[in-house]
Amino acid sequence: MSVRSFLAVLGVVALVGLLAFGLLSKGSSGLELGEAVPDEPLPRLEGGGMESLADYRGRWVLVNFWASWCIPCREEAPALERFQRQHGGPGFTVLGIDSRDLSSDGRDFVREYSLSYPQLRDGDGEAADDYGTTGVPENFLIDPAGKVRLLVRGPITEEYLREEVAPLLPGGRS
Amino acid sequence: MKIRLVLLALAAFALLAPTALAAEPRVTLAEIEEEVMCPVCGTLLQLAEAPQAQREKAFISRLIEEGKSEEQIKDALVAEYGDEVLATPKGSGFSLSAYVVPIVAFLVAAIALAIGVLRWRRAGRGPRDRGGKRGPKGPSPEDADRLDADLARYDL
Repeated sequence: MSVRSFLAVLGVVALVGLLAFGLLSKGSSGLELGEAVPDEPLPRLEGGGMESLADYRGRWVLVNFWASWCIPCREEAPALERFQRQHGGPGFTVLGIDSRDLSSDGRDFVREYSLSYPQLRDGDGEAADDYGTTGVPENFLIDPAGKVRLLVRGPITEEYLREEVAPLLPGGRS
Repeated sequence: MKIRLVLLALAAFALLAPTALAAEPRVTLAEIEEEVMCPVCGTLLQLAEAPQAQREKAFISRLIEEGKSEEQIKDALVAEYGDEVLATPKGSGFSLSAYVVPIVAFLVAAIALAIGVLRWRRAGRGPRDRGGKRGPKGPSPEDADRLDADLARYDL
Protein backbone atom coordinates (compact mmCIF):
# COMPACT_ATOMS: atom_id res chain seq x y z
CA MET A 1 0.00 0.00 0.00
CA SER A 2 1.40 3.38 -1.01
CA VAL A 3 1.79 6.20 1.49
CA ARG A 4 -0.98 8.12 -0.25
CA SER A 5 -3.44 5.22 0.01
CA PHE A 6 -2.49 4.71 3.64
CA LEU A 7 -3.18 8.39 4.43
CA ALA A 8 -6.51 8.25 2.59
CA VAL A 9 -7.59 5.17 4.58
CA LEU A 10 -6.41 6.83 7.80
CA GLY A 11 -8.45 9.94 6.99
CA VAL A 12 -11.59 7.91 6.29
CA VAL A 13 -11.15 5.89 9.51
CA ALA A 14 -10.67 9.11 11.52
CA LEU A 15 -13.78 10.65 9.98
CA VAL A 16 -15.92 7.57 10.66
CA GLY A 17 -14.55 7.38 14.22
CA LEU A 18 -15.41 11.02 14.81
CA LEU A 19 -18.96 10.53 13.53
CA ALA A 20 -19.41 7.40 15.66
CA PHE A 21 -18.12 9.23 18.74
CA GLY A 22 -20.52 12.10 18.09
CA LEU A 23 -23.48 9.76 17.75
CA LEU A 24 -22.59 7.70 20.82
CA SER A 25 -21.87 10.68 23.04
CA LYS A 26 -25.20 12.31 22.09
CA GLY A 27 -27.26 9.24 22.64
CA SER A 28 -26.09 8.24 26.09
CA SER A 29 -28.65 5.81 27.47
CA GLY A 30 -30.03 6.05 30.97
CA LEU A 31 -28.96 4.06 34.01
CA GLU A 32 -30.57 0.65 34.35
CA LEU A 33 -31.44 -1.24 37.51
CA GLY A 34 -28.35 -2.90 38.99
CA GLU A 35 -25.92 -0.51 37.31
CA ALA A 36 -23.34 1.42 39.31
CA VAL A 37 -24.10 5.13 39.62
CA PRO A 38 -21.70 7.81 38.43
CA ASP A 39 -19.87 9.43 41.33
CA GLU A 40 -18.50 12.65 39.89
CA PRO A 41 -18.29 15.21 42.70
CA LEU A 42 -20.83 18.04 42.66
CA PRO A 43 -20.86 21.33 44.58
CA ARG A 44 -23.18 21.59 47.57
CA LEU A 45 -26.15 23.87 46.97
CA GLU A 46 -25.41 25.63 50.23
CA GLY A 47 -22.35 25.90 52.41
CA GLY A 48 -19.69 25.36 49.75
CA GLY A 49 -17.53 22.31 49.15
CA MET A 50 -18.08 19.25 47.00
CA GLU A 51 -19.70 15.89 47.53
CA SER A 52 -20.09 12.76 45.49
CA LEU A 53 -22.18 9.62 45.67
CA ALA A 54 -19.01 7.80 46.69
CA ASP A 55 -19.21 9.66 50.01
CA TYR A 56 -22.48 7.81 50.70
CA ARG A 57 -21.21 4.25 50.14
CA GLY A 58 -22.55 1.96 52.82
CA ARG A 59 -25.87 3.85 53.03
CA TRP A 60 -29.09 3.69 51.07
CA VAL A 61 -29.56 6.92 49.15
CA LEU A 62 -32.65 8.17 47.36
CA VAL A 63 -31.25 10.51 44.72
CA ASN A 64 -33.87 13.07 43.72
CA PHE A 65 -33.21 15.24 40.63
CA TRP A 66 -35.27 18.42 40.86
CA ALA A 67 -35.44 22.08 39.85
CA SER A 68 -37.25 25.00 41.42
CA TRP A 69 -39.12 25.83 38.19
CA CYS A 70 -40.56 22.32 37.95
CA ILE A 71 -44.14 22.05 39.25
CA PRO A 72 -44.14 18.25 39.91
CA CYS A 73 -40.94 18.75 41.95
CA ARG A 74 -42.88 21.13 44.18
CA GLU A 75 -45.59 18.51 44.57
CA GLU A 76 -43.22 15.71 45.65
CA ALA A 77 -40.91 17.78 47.88
CA PRO A 78 -43.12 17.60 51.02
CA ALA A 79 -43.43 13.80 50.67
CA LEU A 80 -39.66 13.43 50.36
CA GLU A 81 -39.10 15.61 53.40
CA ARG A 82 -41.58 13.58 55.47
CA PHE A 83 -39.88 10.37 54.33
CA GLN A 84 -36.48 11.77 55.28
CA ARG A 85 -37.74 12.70 58.73
CA GLN A 86 -39.11 9.18 59.22
CA HIS A 87 -36.20 7.17 57.78
CA GLY A 88 -33.18 9.47 57.54
CA GLY A 89 -30.17 8.40 59.58
CA PRO A 90 -26.90 6.51 59.34
CA GLY A 91 -28.44 3.87 57.07
CA PHE A 92 -30.41 6.09 54.69
CA THR A 93 -30.80 9.60 53.31
CA VAL A 94 -32.59 11.43 50.57
CA LEU A 95 -30.10 13.38 48.45
CA GLY A 96 -31.42 16.23 46.33
CA ILE A 97 -29.67 17.30 43.13
CA ASP A 98 -30.82 20.68 41.86
CA SER A 99 -30.36 20.46 38.10
CA ARG A 100 -30.27 23.19 35.41
CA ASP A 101 -31.53 25.75 37.86
CA LEU A 102 -30.41 29.09 39.25
CA SER A 103 -28.63 28.49 42.54
CA SER A 104 -30.52 31.32 44.28
CA ASP A 105 -33.86 29.86 43.12
CA GLY A 106 -32.72 26.44 44.32
CA ARG A 107 -31.83 27.77 47.76
CA ASP A 108 -35.21 29.55 47.98
CA PHE A 109 -36.92 26.26 47.13
CA VAL A 110 -35.07 24.43 49.90
CA ARG A 111 -36.09 27.10 52.41
CA GLU A 112 -39.69 27.23 51.16
CA TYR A 113 -40.20 23.50 51.77
CA SER A 114 -37.87 23.35 54.80
CA LEU A 115 -35.92 20.50 53.23
CA SER A 116 -33.52 19.00 55.73
CA TYR A 117 -31.76 16.45 53.51
CA PRO A 118 -28.45 17.25 51.74
CA GLN A 119 -28.62 19.13 48.45
CA LEU A 120 -26.10 19.20 45.60
CA ARG A 121 -26.02 21.45 42.58
CA ASP A 122 -25.89 20.37 38.93
CA GLY A 123 -26.11 23.70 37.12
CA ASP A 124 -24.98 22.49 33.70
CA GLY A 125 -27.05 19.29 33.93
CA GLU A 126 -24.04 16.99 33.42
CA ALA A 127 -24.91 14.75 36.36
CA ALA A 128 -28.51 14.52 35.10
CA ASP A 129 -27.15 13.49 31.70
CA ASP A 130 -24.82 10.91 33.32
CA TYR A 131 -27.83 9.38 35.05
CA GLY A 132 -29.68 9.47 31.75
CA THR A 133 -32.57 11.52 33.08
CA THR A 134 -35.11 12.77 30.57
CA GLY A 135 -36.36 15.59 32.76
CA VAL A 136 -37.19 16.47 36.34
CA PRO A 137 -38.15 15.11 38.75
CA GLU A 138 -36.53 11.69 38.59
CA ASN A 139 -35.63 9.46 41.52
CA PHE A 140 -33.04 6.71 41.91
CA LEU A 141 -32.77 4.51 44.98
CA ILE A 142 -29.11 3.58 45.36
CA ASP A 143 -28.08 0.63 47.52
CA PRO A 144 -25.08 0.67 49.91
CA ALA A 145 -22.87 -0.79 47.15
CA GLY A 146 -23.66 2.18 44.88
CA LYS A 147 -26.00 0.33 42.49
CA VAL A 148 -29.43 1.42 41.28
CA ARG A 149 -32.19 -0.58 43.01
CA LEU A 150 -35.28 1.44 42.08
CA LEU A 151 -35.89 4.03 39.45
CA VAL A 152 -38.82 6.42 39.17
CA ARG A 153 -39.01 8.65 36.12
CA GLY A 154 -41.38 11.38 37.23
CA PRO A 155 -42.62 12.51 40.61
CA ILE A 156 -42.43 10.01 43.45
CA THR A 157 -45.52 9.54 45.59
CA GLU A 158 -45.96 8.97 49.28
CA GLU A 159 -47.51 5.60 48.48
CA TYR A 160 -44.51 4.50 46.39
CA LEU A 161 -42.13 5.58 49.13
CA ARG A 162 -44.10 3.60 51.68
CA GLU A 163 -44.73 0.48 49.56
CA GLU A 164 -41.54 0.17 47.50
CA VAL A 165 -38.73 2.13 49.13
CA ALA A 166 -39.30 1.72 52.86
CA PRO A 167 -39.24 -2.12 52.85
CA LEU A 168 -35.74 -2.10 51.38
CA LEU A 169 -34.26 0.19 54.01
CA PRO A 170 -32.64 -0.89 57.27
CA GLY A 171 -35.48 -1.54 59.70
CA GLY A 172 -37.81 -2.74 56.95
CA ARG A 173 -41.40 -1.64 56.50
CA SER A 174 -42.45 1.81 57.77
CA MET B 1 -24.60 83.44 47.47
CA LYS B 2 -26.05 82.61 44.06
CA ILE B 3 -22.62 81.78 42.69
CA ARG B 4 -22.00 79.51 45.63
CA LEU B 5 -25.28 77.69 44.97
CA VAL B 6 -24.48 77.27 41.29
CA LEU B 7 -21.02 75.93 42.13
CA LEU B 8 -22.54 73.55 44.64
CA ALA B 9 -25.06 72.33 42.06
CA LEU B 10 -22.28 71.84 39.50
CA ALA B 11 -20.18 69.91 42.00
CA ALA B 12 -23.14 67.70 42.89
CA PHE B 13 -23.83 67.06 39.19
CA ALA B 14 -20.17 66.20 38.55
CA LEU B 15 -20.28 63.72 41.42
CA LEU B 16 -23.62 62.12 40.61
CA ALA B 17 -23.57 62.11 36.81
CA PRO B 18 -21.09 59.21 36.39
CA THR B 19 -23.08 57.12 38.86
CA ALA B 20 -26.31 57.88 37.03
CA LEU B 21 -24.71 57.01 33.71
CA ALA B 22 -23.24 53.81 35.09
CA ALA B 23 -26.65 52.75 36.40
CA GLU B 24 -28.17 53.11 32.93
CA PRO B 25 -28.78 49.77 31.23
CA ARG B 26 -25.98 49.17 28.76
CA VAL B 27 -27.52 46.12 27.16
CA THR B 28 -31.07 44.99 26.66
CA LEU B 29 -32.68 41.67 27.46
CA ALA B 30 -33.34 41.16 23.74
CA GLU B 31 -29.63 41.54 22.95
CA ILE B 32 -28.61 38.94 25.53
CA GLU B 33 -31.49 36.62 24.64
CA GLU B 34 -30.21 36.12 21.13
CA GLU B 35 -26.75 35.13 22.34
CA VAL B 36 -27.57 32.63 25.07
CA MET B 37 -29.42 29.34 25.25
CA CYS B 38 -32.23 27.99 27.33
CA PRO B 39 -30.33 24.93 28.70
CA VAL B 40 -33.48 22.88 29.26
CA CYS B 41 -35.12 23.60 25.89
CA GLY B 42 -31.89 23.46 23.84
CA THR B 43 -32.94 26.56 21.85
CA LEU B 44 -31.99 30.20 21.86
CA LEU B 45 -33.43 31.92 24.90
CA GLN B 46 -35.35 34.36 22.71
CA LEU B 47 -37.34 31.44 21.27
CA ALA B 48 -37.97 29.74 24.60
CA GLU B 49 -41.03 30.13 26.79
CA ALA B 50 -40.44 27.23 29.21
CA PRO B 51 -40.58 27.94 32.97
CA GLN B 52 -36.80 27.59 33.19
CA ALA B 53 -36.42 30.13 30.38
CA GLN B 54 -38.68 32.57 32.23
CA ARG B 55 -36.45 32.28 35.31
CA GLU B 56 -33.35 32.81 33.18
CA LYS B 57 -34.89 35.92 31.57
CA ALA B 58 -35.80 37.30 34.99
CA PHE B 59 -32.23 36.64 36.17
CA ILE B 60 -30.81 38.53 33.16
CA SER B 61 -33.24 41.43 33.67
CA ARG B 62 -32.13 41.66 37.30
CA LEU B 63 -28.47 41.84 36.28
CA ILE B 64 -29.26 44.48 33.64
CA GLU B 65 -31.02 46.57 36.28
CA GLU B 66 -27.92 46.25 38.45
CA GLY B 67 -25.96 47.82 35.60
CA LYS B 68 -23.94 44.74 34.69
CA SER B 69 -22.25 44.66 31.28
CA GLU B 70 -22.96 42.06 28.61
CA GLU B 71 -19.74 40.23 29.50
CA GLN B 72 -20.57 40.21 33.21
CA ILE B 73 -24.06 38.88 32.51
CA LYS B 74 -22.71 36.11 30.29
CA ASP B 75 -20.12 35.21 32.93
CA ALA B 76 -22.87 35.00 35.55
CA LEU B 77 -24.91 32.73 33.26
CA VAL B 78 -21.89 30.49 32.66
CA ALA B 79 -21.34 30.30 36.44
CA GLU B 80 -24.93 29.13 36.83
CA TYR B 81 -25.43 26.85 33.82
CA GLY B 82 -21.95 26.12 32.45
CA ASP B 83 -20.43 26.96 29.05
CA GLU B 84 -23.28 25.40 27.12
CA VAL B 85 -25.51 28.34 27.98
CA LEU B 86 -23.59 30.39 25.42
CA ALA B 87 -25.01 30.21 21.91
CA THR B 88 -21.58 30.91 20.44
CA PRO B 89 -18.45 29.29 21.88
CA LYS B 90 -16.03 31.42 23.88
CA GLY B 91 -12.89 32.51 22.07
CA SER B 92 -10.56 30.86 24.57
CA GLY B 93 -9.52 27.43 25.81
CA PHE B 94 -10.96 24.37 24.12
CA SER B 95 -13.89 26.42 22.75
CA LEU B 96 -11.38 28.27 20.59
CA SER B 97 -11.16 25.13 18.46
CA ALA B 98 -14.70 25.88 17.21
CA TYR B 99 -13.23 28.87 15.41
CA VAL B 100 -9.73 27.57 14.63
CA VAL B 101 -10.62 24.13 13.22
CA PRO B 102 -12.80 25.40 10.33
CA ILE B 103 -10.10 27.92 9.34
CA VAL B 104 -7.36 25.28 9.45
CA ALA B 105 -9.58 22.84 7.54
CA PHE B 106 -10.25 25.50 4.90
CA LEU B 107 -6.53 26.27 4.53
CA VAL B 108 -5.64 22.57 4.26
CA ALA B 109 -8.36 22.06 1.64
CA ALA B 110 -7.20 25.12 -0.33
CA ILE B 111 -3.56 23.93 -0.29
CA ALA B 112 -4.60 20.41 -1.33
CA LEU B 113 -6.69 21.86 -4.15
CA ALA B 114 -3.83 24.08 -5.33
CA ILE B 115 -1.40 21.12 -5.34
CA GLY B 116 -3.97 19.01 -7.19
CA VAL B 117 -4.52 21.67 -9.85
CA LEU B 118 -0.76 22.13 -10.35
CA ARG B 119 -0.23 18.38 -10.77
CA TRP B 120 -3.18 18.11 -13.12
CA ARG B 121 -1.90 20.93 -15.30
CA ARG B 122 1.57 19.46 -15.36
CA ALA B 123 0.19 16.04 -16.31
CA GLY B 124 -1.95 17.65 -19.03
CA ARG B 125 1.10 19.05 -20.89
CA GLY B 126 2.82 16.87 -23.46
CA PRO B 127 6.45 15.85 -22.92
CA ARG B 128 7.42 18.17 -25.82
CA ASP B 129 6.02 21.15 -23.83
CA ARG B 130 8.26 20.23 -20.98
CA GLY B 131 11.32 20.15 -23.24
CA GLY B 132 11.58 16.39 -23.26
CA LYS B 133 11.63 13.94 -26.13
CA ARG B 134 9.18 14.22 -29.02
CA GLY B 135 5.73 12.92 -28.34
CA PRO B 136 4.00 10.32 -30.49
CA LYS B 137 5.39 10.20 -33.96
CA GLY B 138 3.44 11.59 -36.96
CA PRO B 139 2.15 9.43 -39.81
CA SER B 140 4.61 7.09 -41.43
CA PRO B 141 5.93 8.05 -44.92
CA GLU B 142 3.54 5.52 -46.49
CA ASP B 143 0.57 6.96 -44.63
CA ALA B 144 1.69 10.48 -45.51
CA ASP B 145 1.86 9.54 -49.21
CA ARG B 146 -1.58 7.97 -49.09
CA LEU B 147 -2.98 11.01 -47.27
CA ASP B 148 -1.52 13.33 -49.91
CA ALA B 149 -2.97 11.15 -52.68
CA ASP B 150 -6.38 11.17 -51.05
CA LEU B 151 -6.33 14.92 -50.63
CA ALA B 152 -5.24 15.38 -54.25
CA ARG B 153 -8.37 13.56 -55.41
CA TYR B 154 -10.50 16.32 -54.02
CA ASP B 155 -10.62 19.58 -55.89
CA LEU B 156 -10.98 21.94 -53.02
